[in-house]
Amino acid sequence: MEIQITFEPKIFENRRRKVEEFREIATVLRRDVIKSLFLAKSGHSGGSLGTSDIFAVLFFGGIMRYNPTNPNWKERDRFVLSAGHICPILYSTLARAGYFPVEELKTLRKLGSRLQGHPGIDMGLPGLETSSASLGQGVSIAVGMALSDKYLDKNNRRVFVITGDGELEEGSSWEAAMSAGHYKLDNLCWIVDNNNCQIDGRVHDVMNIYPIDKKFEAFNFNVITIDGHNYSEILTSFDKFIDNHTKSIGKPTVIIARTKMGFPISFMVDKYEWHGIPPNKEQALQALTELQ
Amino acid sequence: MNKFSLIGKKATRLGFGEALVQLGEENPDIVVLGADVTSSVLTSFFKERFPERFFSIGVAEQNATTIAVGLALSGKIPFFATYSVFAAFRNADQLRISVCYNNVNVKIGGGHSGITVGPDGATHQALEELSLLRTLPNMTVVVPCDYEETKKATVAISKIFGPSFLRFGRPPVAWFTREETPFSLGRAEIFREGKDVAIVACGLMVWEALLAAEELWKRRGISAKVVNNHTLKPIDVKTIVDSARECGAIVTAEEHQIHGGLGGAVAEVLAKNYPVPIEFVGMRDTFGGSGEPEELLEKYGMTWKEIYSSALRAIERKDRINTNHIYQNVKDVVPLANELNSK
Repeated sequence: MEIQITFEPKIFENRRRKVEEFREIATVLRRDVIKSLFLAKSGHSGGSLGTSDIFAVLFFGGIMRYNPTNPNWKERDRFVLSAGHICPILYSTLARAGYFPVEELKTLRKLGSRLQGHPGIDMGLPGLETSSASLGQGVSIAVGMALSDKYLDKNNRRVFVITGDGELEEGSSWEAAMSAGHYKLDNLCWIVDNNNCQIDGRVHDVMNIYPIDKKFEAFNFNVITIDGHNYSEILTSFDKFIDNHTKSIGKPTVIIARTKMGFPISFMVDKYEWHGIPPNKEQALQALTELQ
Repeated sequence: MNKFSLIGKKATRLGFGEALVQLGEENPDIVVLGADVTSSVLTSFFKERFPERFFSIGVAEQNATTIAVGLALSGKIPFFATYSVFAAFRNADQLRISVCYNNVNVKIGGGHSGITVGPDGATHQALEELSLLRTLPNMTVVVPCDYEETKKATVAISKIFGPSFLRFGRPPVAWFTREETPFSLGRAEIFREGKDVAIVACGLMVWEALLAAEELWKRRGISAKVVNNHTLKPIDVKTIVDSARECGAIVTAEEHQIHGGLGGAVAEVLAKNYPVPIEFVGMRDTFGGSGEPEELLEKYGMTWKEIYSSALRAIERKDRINTNHIYQNVKDVVPLANELNSK
């Protein structure tokens, strides 16, 4: 059976939604991820699929403030993908938000594409705030942005950053945490994609980073632990962060999102082998059948 | 005759610290990050004058470099300074990806550079960083020759957009340029005219080069040109090639390993454009050690004396070479290109 890859031209608004509405959005994002990775023939499936629910709520649930028709809008909130390798989900999200044509998702990882294998701002992709992928660096960039907003420009903007959990093995991640706590960056929301998987195996086997929550508490964070596939919990955690910022609680927020790598594809779920590979034709067809 | 004379001795770090305060007065977007050594690299002047625009990051160079990226992405012009050994190597990955690949307006000050940090010993003597920095796309690398030029260079890198690295040192060293001495990023200055050999130097070795040129003239009647090559990247190809053409022999002089720094950069330029004999003055692939700056410069061969003897060697090699034979075997490249392109 031949596989026809088309990307339905659907754009989603960013507005307050009922919890039930996010499933459809996340499904479209996941279908994009499967299709673009299949076409690319390389790339990172597991984390891209596992974080789709978080992306759906963050970008289409009225949480982040941004304007796709004016990507450099001075009052926008900023998003940093510290775990740069899961960029297929970011690209899909930006396309579905209207930053660029969804058809461009076909070009992932191809020569001359704005959708680089790991995010690179030299290609001028609208909506992409920074290059990233060397783990542990994106969070420090986010800290720098939040410092500028809070202490220099004294504005009301917010910075969101996603790291993996294996990424917390990078020492500089904790340098970033230390400085975020020190500078009381209540405008910073750090999301940890806690799927307990990394290339070599289970995070607690490769290098045990647990307990994550107590470490962030010690660095003076407001810690929220959620089920990263439960839209209600995701939405509530972001609401809590925004409330913390509005009330100037003087603490950065970390959302530890318990997710499953590859969720909800039956043959990928919670399998660390899916960290850095794309689906082949049969796997892509199977995944698209499941994602309806 | 040298047109420069010694004004006095003054540390280049003072030039950096003073210029930052001047920049802070002129431009509210200038911000400074510290990694616990602000009183050493003299970002302390800025910290005292503009506390609201100074961020203490602690002993965490990787974090400081990358936070600077976030500030730059917010429209600021962040200067992050610490010892060169940390400012270029501890955070090398951050410089490569977050600073240079992003091509953001982050300015790195590398202080306590070179062997002249002295008694602190080998761990603290940055003698390799220029080789690393020079290979990073988008990076500008500047090694000013004295206090006055460090002030100018600090201001100059704040006026261009993009990643920049400025190298300066700890102890008082020869101060001989003046406010009116020409300085422009990317343009090497001829500090002394000459025709027998050209000495291309940066940092404190520029003064040593002037001393060597004077001695070569007085003792041997040799006319040595002195080029102050303060900008290692982008390098001034024209001035270097013109100097090779005029003199036929080159000596490079730097307070750095002879591999990969100024010597390497000049060798690349000449190998491609106009090969002539080159002698390299600098650290010879070893680590340093404790001692007073002057003792160390003497021990490791970074004084006018090495430049003097290297100049004699370079001239001798020039005289031995029949430069014509170099070009005898160069075939026309056009037929080769045709051959490769034909199916």
